[in-house]
Amino acid sequence: MQIYLPIAEMSVDIFLLLGMGAGVGFLSGLFGVGGGFLMTPLLIFIGISPAVAVATEANQIVASSVSGALAHWRRGSVDFKMGLVLLIGGFIGSTFGVLLFTYLKTLGQIDLVIRLSYVAFLGVVGALMFFESIRAMFRRRRQSGTRRRLHEHLWVHGLPFKMRFRKSKLYISALLPLGVGVLVGILAAIMGVGGGFLMVPAMIYLIGMPTSVVVGTSLFQIIFVTANVTFLQAVNNQTVDIVLALILLIGGVVGAQIGTRAGGRLRGEELRGLLAAMVLLVCGKMLFDLVATPDDLFSIDLLVSD
Amino acid sequence: MGRVLRYLVLAVPLAVGPAAVHGNALVADLSKHLVAITTGFTGADVLLYGAIDGEGDIAVVVRGPNQDVVVRRKERIAGVWVNGRNLTFRRVPAFYAVAATRKITDFAPESVLSRHQIGAEHLRFGQPRQAGDIEIKLFREALLRNKRTAGLYPDRVGRVSVLGNRLFRTLITFPANVPTGTYSVEVFLIRDGVVAGAQTTPLIVSKVGTEAEIFDFAHNQAPLYGIVAIVIALVAGWLAGAIFRKV
Repeated sequence: MQIYLPIAEMSVDIFLLLGMGAGVGFLSGLFGVGGGFLMTPLLIFIGISPAVAVATEANQIVASSVSGALAHWRRGSVDFKMGLVLLIGGFIGSTFGVLLFTYLKTLGQIDLVIRLSYVAFLGVVGALMFFESIRAMFRRRRQSGTRRRLHEHLWVHGLPFKMRFRKSKLYISALLPLGVGVLVGILAAIMGVGGGFLMVPAMIYLIGMPTSVVVGTSLFQIIFVTANVTFLQAVNNQTVDIVLALILLIGGVVGAQIGTRAGGRLRGEELRGLLAAMVLLVCGKMLFDLVATPDDLFSIDLLVSD
Repeated sequence: MGRVLRYLVLAVPLAVGPAAVHGNALVADLSKHLVAITTGFTGADVLLYGAIDGEGDIAVVVRGPNQDVVVRRKERIAGVWVNGRNLTFRRVPAFYAVAATRKITDFAPESVLSRHQIGAEHLRFGQPRQAGDIEIKLFREALLRNKRTAGLYPDRVGRVSVLGNRLFRTLITFPANVPTGTYSVEVFLIRDGVVAGAQTTPLIVSKVGTEAEIFDFAHNQAPLYGIVAIVIALVAGWLAGAIFRKV
């Protein structure tokens, strides 16, 4: 059954969209990630313009992170103070990101920048996760291994504006989470992702937050950053397709529930290894698109009125 | 008889003006003047029908609203394909299709096709400045090729069927990705290599119902639309969490 998407201005099979939503939802439930990094490339792949894909996906992530964040909030695993500092950075970053997005669109280089960002960030994160999970699998077999130190002193801890974060048991410079927030905000706007795949490692390794509050806090921050992206994309580019977002959402919600249950049966490092493989797969596809000779060297686009 | 008729046809404009002669030599209308894009839109067919006065061939040109189009060429930089040189063509019809009773070049000379822009190769765009002829030609061909690939400049010339040298009909097919706006359907009656009659009929392609409302909302009240999109997402996310917590 075909459905006409009013903003994307094209007809798509509604069951294809529901299936995509369910599939990505399943994987995001399984791995505990937002899934934006999978959905945005998929949307572009089925012919939706990158501008609409990125903006609409931001809207969908608002919804998918709300249910996750609420669950964490009830468990008390959200550091609101840390989340707020990350959020301020996120607002700055995503606002700048949307402006950059609009500018790159007029230059005709937005597709390139989206693809390059995917290759760079997914490549690095995927490779790190992949090696880490392989190491973890070996370590488990040998049944040995050294415990990570609780806290390490790096140069970043010498920065000014120190703040106390009780929930995370940290006394660090506010500039650190602020900077992480800015970077993730820019990526959220340009790549159409929540940025969890980047923020979670940054929170653990760079900020030094305890793992128990990392996911909840990151989800809390993602709600507001993606809401900001949705709003700014709607105002600047009119590229948020509510109908598309809703259909993806319905599929995604169901898929995520099944995925969460399936995830309980796998071991942590196996999950991370699989996730890493998938991240690298998406990265590889994007890289291939960048270097493979296109069918037609020319492309056409409506002139953006200035 | 034919000569007499043609004489009459050619003589009338001097007396009454062009509207009358065209009205006499050729009348045409569309089965509908609005192509409505609704939720289940997968393309549409519009019937063009009419009558001609005596002998002649029919050529039909369907033109979408004019747009300004940027054509970009990819160049390889450090192994990566990057959009490089671009040229802007102005007044490019968003959609362009032709239908005829037989092969157009068999009944109409180049000069007529060119003057009335019949056939995509005869389209006159606002040419880009600061570019050489060879380059413009290359980019223009790329523009037409991309439009063809998107299904907006159908390669195939539609068939106009004539009944008893008098009535004619053709089916104009619009794809699912048809751009919205005001279209014009031009019908030419070509006899002995000259245009003996012509008529232009407007056709509107427009989103209707919910689709139109959402689109207008997104464009006319963008900030409010953004807020509504966020609220819907928040509620949907909360609802989903609430439902599945009970399961």
